[in-house]
Amino acid sequence: MDVSERDRRLIGALQAGLPLVRRPYAVIGEAVDMSESEVLRRIAALRDAGVIRRFGVIVRHHELGYRANAMMVWAVPEHQVDSLGERVAESPQVTLCYRRRPAPPQWPYNLYCMVHGRDRETVLAVRDELVARHGLEGMEHRVLFSGRRFKQRGARYLAPKQEAIGREANHGRA
Amino acid sequence: MTPRPQQEPTCHGEDYAPFERALLNDYQHELPLVPRPFAAIGEQLGVSEQAVLEALQRFREQGVLSRVGATLKPGAVGAATLAAMGIPERDLEQVAAIVSARPEVNHNYEREHELNLWFVAMAADDAALRAALTAIENETGYPLLDLRLVCDYHLDLGFDIQWTSANETDA
Repeated sequence: MDVSERDRRLIGALQAGLPLVRRPYAVIGEAVDMSESEVLRRIAALRDAGVIRRFGVIVRHHELGYRANAMMVWAVPEHQVDSLGERVAESPQVTLCYRRRPAPPQWPYNLYCMVHGRDRETVLAVRDELVARHGLEGMEHRVLFSGRRFKQRGARYLAPKQEAIGREANHGRA
Repeated sequence: MTPRPQQEPTCHGEDYAPFERALLNDYQHELPLVPRPFAAIGEQLGVSEQAVLEALQRFREQGVLSRVGATLKPGAVGAATLAAMGIPERDLEQVAAIVSARPEVNHNYEREHELNLWFVAMAADDAALRAALTAIENETGYPLLDLRLVCDYHLDLGFDIQWTSANETDA
């Protein structure tokens, strides 16, 4: 789906999250010159088109007590990475699963997944289970636990000028 | 709003009322698309619209709630990448601050590896993204790896919170 300029503005206004008020869609609409009902229709359309993957409560794992957060990476032969990725993604403990371009020799890894656990042992047990279940033995692999979080916020896709609309909608009237 | 003492948030189920647990866990995928979504949630959970709004506000102050909003399909709007840098410990805080100050950067984490600084950067288009990455290299004096997404296998169904006390009941 080609995202129209109007929808981009709406996405921009949604980036910082809905204002926590009784009629949040009306407030977002005011910021982007849409009626409340148009905002509702466009969000539904963007969801149906898959541009918006989910729309709702977005939690922070660390603050919920999931203190051991790991990015796991494997160097998988290129012809196997899609089939493995699709299977790894189905594991309930895996929150995100991606294929990325490797950067050899420093970084040969092309399959990534994120696992959040209450402690390191739990996360490493998930890793062992993924390795055993999906035949990942022998593939070069790393577990990168996260340390300090220097910055964490929702995705911002648009230009600063448009972001300002989102911030205004979120904080200016809540 | 009911004032609550600031405390280290935990995931122990007893810290949250049943409706609060449901609010955090069951509305990650689909917020009601109706003019008063928080009233609709309240109706489903047997509490008032005001109670839902106050709980969300509290979650946001505690930090467990990032936002009530959208996650986007990677690449559907704008350009994004994951970047990694290997920074000596003595320079890490300073480099991290330079990276975090960029408006294109969303997440910026330390990770345990020789490549110890990892961040996600997004911009309106690929040219703007490349310019931001180059600016970061120039400003910090360290090279970065630009690890572009090829595909995304996960459906992003949200995160099923395993409440501690619920675990004990279910075990």
